[in-house]
Amino acid sequence: MKVLVPVKRVVDYNVKVRVKPDHSDVDLANVKMDMNPFCEIAVEEAVRLKEQGKVDEIVVLSIGEAKAEEQLRKSMALGADRGILITTDEAPGSLSVAKLIKAVIDEEQPGLVILGKQSIDSDNNQTGQMLGALTGWAQGTFASKLEIEGDTAKVTREIDGGLQTVALKMPAIVTTDLRLNEPRYAKLPDIMKAKKKPLDKKTADDYGVAITKTVKTLKVEPPAEREGGIKVGSVAELVDKLKNEAKVL
Amino acid sequence: MSILIIAEHTNEALSSATAHTVTAAQAIGGDIDVLVAGEGAQAAADQAAKLNGVKRVLLADSPLYKHALAEELAALVADQGKNYSHILASATTSGKNFMPRVAALLDVEQISDIIAVESADTFKRPIYAGNAIATVQSEDAIKVITVRGTAFDACAEDGSAAVETIDASAAVAVSEFVGEELAKSDRPELTSAKIVVSGGRGLGNGENFELLYKVAEKLDAAVGASRAAVDAGFVPNDMQVGQTGKIVAPELYIAVGISGQIQHLAGMKDSKVIVAINKDEDAPIFQVADYGLVADLFEAVPELEKAL
Repeated sequence: MKVLVPVKRVVDYNVKVRVKPDHSDVDLANVKMDMNPFCEIAVEEAVRLKEQGKVDEIVVLSIGEAKAEEQLRKSMALGADRGILITTDEAPGSLSVAKLIKAVIDEEQPGLVILGKQSIDSDNNQTGQMLGALTGWAQGTFASKLEIEGDTAKVTREIDGGLQTVALKMPAIVTTDLRLNEPRYAKLPDIMKAKKKPLDKKTADDYGVAITKTVKTLKVEPPAEREGGIKVGSVAELVDKLKNEAKVL
Repeated sequence: MSILIIAEHTNEALSSATAHTVTAAQAIGGDIDVLVAGEGAQAAADQAAKLNGVKRVLLADSPLYKHALAEELAALVADQGKNYSHILASATTSGKNFMPRVAALLDVEQISDIIAVESADTFKRPIYAGNAIATVQSEDAIKVITVRGTAFDACAEDGSAAVETIDASAAVAVSEFVGEELAKSDRPELTSAKIVVSGGRGLGNGENFELLYKVAEKLDAAVGASRAAVDAGFVPNDMQVGQTGKIVAPELYIAVGISGQIQHLAGMKDSKVIVAINKDEDAPIFQVADYGLVADLFEAVPELEKAL
């Protein structure tokens, strides 16, 4: 079985982003970029399935700016077999991304697609589900456990009150939650080898997908600052403040 | 304008999240219908009919919808939602699961996790773990939106809408429910509690969370946790507060032994009053705390419990 893993280049999760003074967007100039953490978990899961002998090829895909090649090389250093990079002139929304992934699915015919549950920049949590609609396939979102049994994917999902398990007819879409696995680190020899792995460079036009943008960002602002707080000296003082000043007890 | 809200419920009872979504719908303006899809969900539909300003409740009662599987629910919502200008659901794990699928079936984008309604087509939503707030405008004919419950008050329950039964959509039949394992708790629900007491890695182990439960007992509070505490196996993951867990905005949030990583702050920084108890006076949590106590939690928390 072939697995397709879409990965996204995003700001490093440790970076505290700042809004540009003109409120047009956040300032990403000279900010460290990395693979979206949930995408790393998706790559790791695909590699583990390959190690179990359930998968014979892992194709990684990234859509957006040309620099996303770095994230594809990293994925290949972690164990992916080859990459596809689709460059677009402007950052596409989730629906356009899902349509491009669908076009790749039509060409590659994978048995399983594993994505991260959300990217930590837009925080949308949409692409995997949209892909489910476009393919008509089953979706196992927020997966904390994935078992492939014949042509069924058994997915344990993290839901609001606990865990839910669903059985999906394959081919299927799975989106990863944090607890699915702990991603490995790339080793230096593997990083060197990844440079020689095949990488197909394409554009959105090659797939005949028009990048439409029906949701426009009018303004990006910093969140409301909290008033500076105070430090109290004792538990008694804390309880007194909560009762008499904040009036929340 | 006409708005369809997808109710969140357990078949027997409507979840409180739906009442918050109704308030967001009222801010958009227009006729509000609520869709209750489930099996044996008459009770949930009757409760939905009482929500303020709801005109009609559409009840789709079928085994297809018993467990709110995204494939079946999205097909139904897309069928019903075609004739509305807005489709809204709560940004819970259920809403996040089926709504983007609805949006793609209708060939429109989704606007996730809105925290404010500026106008019928313009909304505010947090991005970058809440470190920026984007104002977005949608040109789509149908606006598919998920609503952050903590950003909107619950609507009143003084309505009396009619409940109409509707047919199920054709089965998609690509997925099956296998089972679920729900965490049991006598405490109030985390996302709707007025007071939340949360513990982090500083608690050291799962047993020490008992200290927090004792305080929570006295305050009728819910108990939450940071990702560090969940990853360390102290508590189950449905207690996690943060960007990747639950978003809470209680009257009072007490963070105990939590350093205050960006990921955690994204889940609680809209709380009205934040208290931090931490022995590291440089912990980032003190930058957002209204009241900070630099102390060993193993002394301060029992003392707090006694003082309450």
